[in-house]
Amino acid sequence: MTTKLVGAKVQRVEDQRFLRGQGRYVDDIDVHAGTPTLHAAVLRSPHAHARVRDIDVEAVLDVEGVHAVWTYQDLADLSVNLADPLPLLIPHPALTHGRTQYALAKDEVNYVGEAVAFVVADDRYLAEDAVDRIRVDYEPLPPVVGIDAARAAEHLVHEDVPGNVGARLEQEVGDARAAIADAPHRLSLDLTVERSASTPLEGRGVVARWDPDIGRLQVWTSTQTSTGVRAAVAVKLGLDLGQVDVITPDVGGGFGVKINHPWPEELLVPAAARALGRTVKFTEDRREHFISAAHERGQVHHVEVGFDDDGRLLGLDVTFWHDHGAYTPYGLIVPIITSTQLLGPYKPQSYRVVFESLYTNTVMVTPYRGAGRPQGCFVMERTMDAIAAHLHKDRTEVRATNFIQPDEFPYDQGLVFQDGRELEYDSGDYPRSLEMIKRLVGWDEFEAFRAEMAAEGRRVGIGLACYVEGTGVGPYEGAHVHIETTGKVKVATGLTTQGQGHATVFAQLVADELGVPMTDVEVVTGDTRRMPYAVGTFASRSAVMSGSAVHLAAKRAKEKVLRIASDALEADVDDLEIVEGVVSVKGSPGASIDLGTVAVLSNPLRYAFDEKSRAATQFTVGDPGKPPVAEDDEPGLEGKDFYSPERSTFASGMHAVIVETDPDTAEVRILKYAVVHDCGNLINPMIVEGQIHGGIAQGVGGALYERMAYDEHGQLLNASFMDFLMPYVTEVPDTIEIDHLETPSPLNPIGVKGAGEAGVIPSAAVFAAAIEDAEAHDHPGLAITGMPISPSELFALRQAQEPLLKQHEEDA
Amino acid sequence: MTEELHEIRLHVNGTSYALTVPGRRLLSDALRHDLGLTGTHVGCEHGVCGACTILVDGAPMRSCLMFAVSAVDAELTTVEGLADADGSLGPVQQAFLECHGLQCGFCTPGFLTTITAGLRDNPRPTHAEAREMVAGNLCRCTGYQNIVKAVERAAELGAGR
Repeated sequence: MTTKLVGAKVQRVEDQRFLRGQGRYVDDIDVHAGTPTLHAAVLRSPHAHARVRDIDVEAVLDVEGVHAVWTYQDLADLSVNLADPLPLLIPHPALTHGRTQYALAKDEVNYVGEAVAFVVADDRYLAEDAVDRIRVDYEPLPPVVGIDAARAAEHLVHEDVPGNVGARLEQEVGDARAAIADAPHRLSLDLTVERSASTPLEGRGVVARWDPDIGRLQVWTSTQTSTGVRAAVAVKLGLDLGQVDVITPDVGGGFGVKINHPWPEELLVPAAARALGRTVKFTEDRREHFISAAHERGQVHHVEVGFDDDGRLLGLDVTFWHDHGAYTPYGLIVPIITSTQLLGPYKPQSYRVVFESLYTNTVMVTPYRGAGRPQGCFVMERTMDAIAAHLHKDRTEVRATNFIQPDEFPYDQGLVFQDGRELEYDSGDYPRSLEMIKRLVGWDEFEAFRAEMAAEGRRVGIGLACYVEGTGVGPYEGAHVHIETTGKVKVATGLTTQGQGHATVFAQLVADELGVPMTDVEVVTGDTRRMPYAVGTFASRSAVMSGSAVHLAAKRAKEKVLRIASDALEADVDDLEIVEGVVSVKGSPGASIDLGTVAVLSNPLRYAFDEKSRAATQFTVGDPGKPPVAEDDEPGLEGKDFYSPERSTFASGMHAVIVETDPDTAEVRILKYAVVHDCGNLINPMIVEGQIHGGIAQGVGGALYERMAYDEHGQLLNASFMDFLMPYVTEVPDTIEIDHLETPSPLNPIGVKGAGEAGVIPSAAVFAAAIEDAEAHDHPGLAITGMPISPSELFALRQAQEPLLKQHEEDA
Repeated sequence: MTEELHEIRLHVNGTSYALTVPGRRLLSDALRHDLGLTGTHVGCEHGVCGACTILVDGAPMRSCLMFAVSAVDAELTTVEGLADADGSLGPVQQAFLECHGLQCGFCTPGFLTTITAGLRDNPRPTHAEAREMVAGNLCRCTGYQNIVKAVERAAELGAGR
């Protein structure tokens, strides 16, 4: 038998290309087709809120090398639908006041960075020169910046949206308010998380080419959904779906922001390619990515909780306000996820959650890795810590009291999840995870370590946080497996890849199922020519959805292989095995046929084109009494299948961190970071651990460094890598201890759950807990209620605590 | 309004290229779009992320902060020039493969060039020095742990010797 690849730390096949500088990212695409590619640049609003009175493009028209300059007024001439607002991708009944922007601003701008005019020129330098010459007459309007201003609603973002409220959604299980009123213990907390963003190293980009000879558009875009962009481009440009191909080349990171579509440029570039008959390219620069892509995370929460003497949650009532920026193209996904995933591994006896999704004159909000879960986890875990402190109990004990037990699965939380399905957990073992994380971080030994450090004058603290992550949401993904006459296997799945190693893990699945060497398997993702039915890469869904689909498609191909081989070898299907690409009769290795020959036999030919194909021509094979291709069969050695689960699968895990806080400077040092992670069966542990590492780095950023600093005018003050503090190596834990628990999902054939976002979910919660714990000795009562926390903010919290402490001493 | 153009030669990975560029053409753009050496990536265009790092006479430099016309007298090495003469991966590249030091691959060329120069200066770095060596480059995917491992592995493979 060949060694199984699934479950092994297999090195990535895509790395050869990347390491040699041969990756093909969208800005690397150069389709000459006779004339050089043209380049686009966008004029963006310098105001957070303004009426557009007039746009004067006169000065641009004479610039040599400029091919087009468009404003909103030009859109209808390019395509009628292009003048409509961009799509509201995920409608929801509670989103009563959904609004989306236009491809180019019409009459009004609602955030700094909103697209106002579009220029196409010989190169990007000239295009930017031209953009500088456009004169816009704005009438500034009062901007609404931040959740407080949005709630106060002294000014409105959109005139026809009262109170700046886009949506209000409430869900309740039991009677939480009554349960809290009757509970022996009650607490309330106010918790805040600030804005951050995905910030992939490669920004957005799109290239389009119109082929007039066949009336067909080809679009390359740095997206997380090729099929989504394809459908949107077709509708907006008035083309048939069959006239549009969308190809996602290598993508330099996504982390959520590239799931939103179509961006204005994803429509304007193809429109320009068609109108000008030239290949056109747009590549976003870093400042543009900060001010005209999307952000996430900004929420303010109020918690009321009632519990018994053991810390058991009797009633939990959470109200929160979600800042969705100027527009709502991605619907309510982020706040819905916060409101449901907040519950984590716990089973409160009653739960009520209500949120308002608010407009502000800032960059719009769409999912960033974790997508509302980090906020939910922060709220729940801060609440758990507060309960433990109130009852003077160990923090792990209070958590354990509230866990869903292993014999309670499937466990229905009684809520509706982001996919419109029940929030029903499929599997997990939270008590076991807790045991593992305590051992891994040294929870029980920590007080001894704390005392040892205190003797040196050092202040250390420990924190722990638990999460459950709904992953692998539907509706479906598909896969196509084609065994060629060379014996090589070509696999296609429609979702896209942004560094997750899909070409490796899907090849592992196929190689195992078909019994072929991995080097013979080639995987293509995100190309609508190869797989036109797909959804996209988000919500940690690729391994679950496409992994399952690839597995099922390979299984179908294998069934056909065995059927044909059993005829050829005159053996029963059950007696056959495939090893290293050769089908043979078990126990008699002489009777064998290689997969390439099976592929030849699968496709009856009239014309031979090489030595091998002679074997499949009409005077060579086939029973003259039967049709060459049986009625219920088709030619070729292929398998195609789709995977569409009833509901999401629920991964889980726990993080723990030990930090040291500097008594003078309030700097935070990470001494130890530990993770217990359960994503069901592991396809490639090396890749899963890489995902965890990366998630934690983003979590450290969100907990200690990253925020979007808007001023009261709606100007983003830190829209560069100089000022937005993304972690370098110097900010992340030196090592991360990881332990895996594998509780397979019963919902899919390979038993996997998603792993992509887990690393980032508990970070804010775990750092808040550890910092608070480290401060507890010198500043008892100091509470960390907002993230991120900088040394200056921690210092300020200490200062605020000093008078209270003095008062306390005097009273004593 | 016509821009003044300059006829220059760039020496990249041992090959000499002739090109005509305006004075403001960034070296990163010239490499990528005029010479087709798209392995060098541009992540911020303000010299912070390090994705565009190339070796200029052996020293790591941000190619987005240089003009093409100012690089005419230098020997330039890009990621395309890091493989061994026989086409196999160079030691730093091999170490990244073995240690899973990359995910989306966008920042990777800048790390590879930076580490190539770093190990040439310090072929046996301590763990702290290995971290310091990559402390000027941003990666959003890997969390850096495996990149540091790759630096140490590359040193084992004899990258600096």
